[in-house]
Amino acid sequence: MHDNCFEAVEQLYYYLDGELTYERRVVIARHLADCPPCGDAFEFEAELRIVIAQRCRERVPEGLRARVYESLRRLEQSPPPPE
Amino acid sequence: MGSLYTAALRMTRNPSDAEDLVQETYLKAYRGFGGFQEGTNLKAWLYRILTNTFINTYRSKKRRPEETELDDLENLYLYRRLAGAEGATAGRSAEDEVLDHITETEVKEAIEALPDQFRMAVLLGDVEGFSYKEIAEILDIPIGTVMSRLHRGRKALQKRLYEFGRQRGLVPEGSPHA
Repeated sequence: MHDNCFEAVEQLYYYLDGELTYERRVVIARHLADCPPCGDAFEFEAELRIVIAQRCRERVPEGLRARVYESLRRLEQSPPPPE
Repeated sequence: MGSLYTAALRMTRNPSDAEDLVQETYLKAYRGFGGFQEGTNLKAWLYRILTNTFINTYRSKKRRPEETELDDLENLYLYRRLAGAEGATAGRSAEDEVLDHITETEVKEAIEALPDQFRMAVLLGDVEGFSYKEIAEILDIPIGTVMSRLHRGRKALQKRLYEFGRQRGLVPEGSPHA
């Protein structure tokens, strides 16, 4: 691994999170384009993140929406709590 | 409501508590709407109510162990253990196999295995896509703490996924390649 690779891997998360300054971003992006091993590694991390976000979704259980609407409606009809 | 329920279930790890948590979040949001400042982020505000309610109610219901620390693992934890190795299916790389074959159950279990404070950071960052600054506001912690929890939590999650992959024979035994 070269120094540039160390630097890129060090900043992996800041880069993928979009939390680097424009200048730092450009430096890393250029390195990823020039260095296939780092490019592959970053791509894997980005894809893994999508997989994690997609595979932990839940459907809203039957009845929950109705239950929440009902409790909001009751709240609306009840007098405001004393100050 | 789907996103809130997903977050609530991953936090409480229990469908009935998750439903109560979502309902309570909506009620508090409705009552507290006067405190919502225009121009601020509505979604972040809802998650702030959700996480605060979770921390104050559901978390304290159980005996709360000491705040757990996680080891700081290396970056690219999972990738380094897969790269260059062949997967269980001929002609496929171990990385591709893992990405294709990790199940919903495994992802959910891996997230739920994280200690509370890391789990909340990972849910907000990687599942809901909030920025460091937004997470800092939602959890009321400094940005440095957000980064540390998020990054450590992610790597612990990868370690868990690696263990699942090994148990299922998707990834090779042995030491990192790269």
